[in-house]
Amino acid sequence: MHIPDGFVSAPINLATFAVSAAALAVAVKQARRDLDERTTPLLGVTAAFVFAAQMLNFPVAGGTSGHFLGAALAGILLGPFSACLILGLVLIIQCLVFADGGLSALGSNIFNMGVIGGIVSTYLFYAIRRVAPKTKAGFLAATAVASWSSVVLASASCALMLSWSGTSPLPIVLPAMVGVHALIGLGEAAITTSVVSMLIAVRPDLIGAWKPAGGES
Amino acid sequence: MNSRTASVIWIGLGAALLLAAFVSPFASSSPDGLEKIARDQGFAAQAEAAGAAGWTHAPLKDYAVPGVKNAKLGTGAAGLAGAGGVFLLAYGGANALRRKKAGLS
Repeated sequence: MHIPDGFVSAPINLATFAVSAAALAVAVKQARRDLDERTTPLLGVTAAFVFAAQMLNFPVAGGTSGHFLGAALAGILLGPFSACLILGLVLIIQCLVFADGGLSALGSNIFNMGVIGGIVSTYLFYAIRRVAPKTKAGFLAATAVASWSSVVLASASCALMLSWSGTSPLPIVLPAMVGVHALIGLGEAAITTSVVSMLIAVRPDLIGAWKPAGGES
Repeated sequence: MNSRTASVIWIGLGAALLLAAFVSPFASSSPDGLEKIARDQGFAAQAEAAGAAGWTHAPLKDYAVPGVKNAKLGTGAAGLAGAGGVFLLAYGGANALRRKKAGLS
């Protein structure tokens, strides 16, 4: 859902640029405070993984493809603002080096995938985690729902931008975007849940949001 | 970084580089959700016009290496460079932020 130049109006691109820049500023401030010798390399690897996985388009229904977003995974491992930072970096590189996503739409793309996909869906994960059973299954269920939602919410935000820009009417673009991304989100949930499940088995201490019942790692 | 963390980092980085280099050339080339809707609804052309006036200096445009005829080879090389570059930037940047903190305290 990388928005190219020409789809979203200048006022929306400017507004989302301001919000995205503010979110990234908070993320840098938090990173400076919170990063330690364990999370610093993890942030690097997660960013590389997100970039690589975003190249792997898989076919979904009707001649359409989708790819892993990685925002919810990054958020569950490293926290909401680190997820935004990772997505922001990946989107900037994709735009400037690979011409994937328009430069004028960079703020909108970081808003959709970093702020909505990273920050909002990680807080959604925390909220679900609070009400889900305090078990591994509950943790994975929260992971699945939050990662599916990250893609769907980001696509809905993208659809709103397109409609507010006069590019496509909301009754057409919203169901179309959300419909196809509800399917892509299933892939997102499958990959995120598999990676998190694997990490719980081998290195639960690398999962920032993982709090083992009654103890510390 | 202790050795157990280091091994997870190397495995993760290795997996990312392998995916970018050897799996990405075989990814689906169908349009993504947004592109497909843009084509179906007839607003895809807006991107062409605006793109020509936008950023045109991307060195690895569309995940291809200029001059490399074999598209799969080009995509793999672009992916490898991208994933490696993103790792260096993210790790290096995070390290620099962290050092700054250590310096101030």
